[in-house]
Amino acid sequence: MSPTTDLLWSSILTHGGHLPIRTPEDIVLVRTAVRQAALHLKFGLVDQTKLVTAASEIARNTLLYGKGGDVLIEPVLASKPGLRLVFTDQGPGIPDIDRALTDGFTTGGGMGLGLGGTRRLVDDFKIVSAPTEGTTVSITKWSR
Amino acid sequence: MEHIPILRMGDFLLITVQVDMHDRLALQLLEDLTARIVDFGTRGVLIDISALDVVDSFIGRMLGNIASISRILDAQTVVTGMRPAVAITLVELGLSLPGIRTALNVERGMEILRQQLHANRFVAEEALQEEGADVAND
Repeated sequence: MSPTTDLLWSSILTHGGHLPIRTPEDIVLVRTAVRQAALHLKFGLVDQTKLVTAASEIARNTLLYGKGGDVLIEPVLASKPGLRLVFTDQGPGIPDIDRALTDGFTTGGGMGLGLGGTRRLVDDFKIVSAPTEGTTVSITKWSR
Repeated sequence: MEHIPILRMGDFLLITVQVDMHDRLALQLLEDLTARIVDFGTRGVLIDISALDVVDSFIGRMLGNIASISRILDAQTVVTGMRPAVAITLVELGLSLPGIRTALNVERGMEILRQQLHANRFVAEEALQEEGADVAND
């Protein structure tokens, strides 16, 4: 890993940080960053895997349906350490969120697991969206 | 253009995914693999994912597509080496990979492919013999 990316990691780990989601390669970078941050917070292996998978699903939604956006990765300190990821896009938005959260719902040729399945992988899941105003998805997982 | 290497081992093709695949790379693998199956007349495909620490719905779907397309092209697919944390996550996500034959490791995966190949050959030989018997009866 180059010194620049090392610097980026350490900055994300200590202060949180934004990563762009513009290409399929960016989704891989998001997975790697979330894995590093979860490791740093001493998440167990299964929790790491669940959070990284959830991040991958939502990052792909941000890219495909939101026409690209970014993710804020930030450690949160409550009674126990956690990691919050906030995905934001300025895409067309989701007209019916309840329907989008139903297992099997899809519009983009995916498997329709994106949102409903992803919600089960994390401890906290919030979605705010309005037509033409884009979508913000916030997920949090706590280290056990 | 990046490619995941596809190795030929006798009647089989062997793929060990060693990098975290981005979506285009996964689609490229599907294309490369189907071309190889046809070129070599391959009867079995083994995909080892023991190096993958994440399998999301896209990669899961790609594995399913590989298995389905291979089956149509008369080749069996076995996916080997899935990590326990990945299996737990996939099922919780709602993706149980229906239609994909799995094995714990490459050795068992190869064993499954060999058995399938022998079973198919046996059936084919039986059919030939029956045909021969029919001709004799006429």
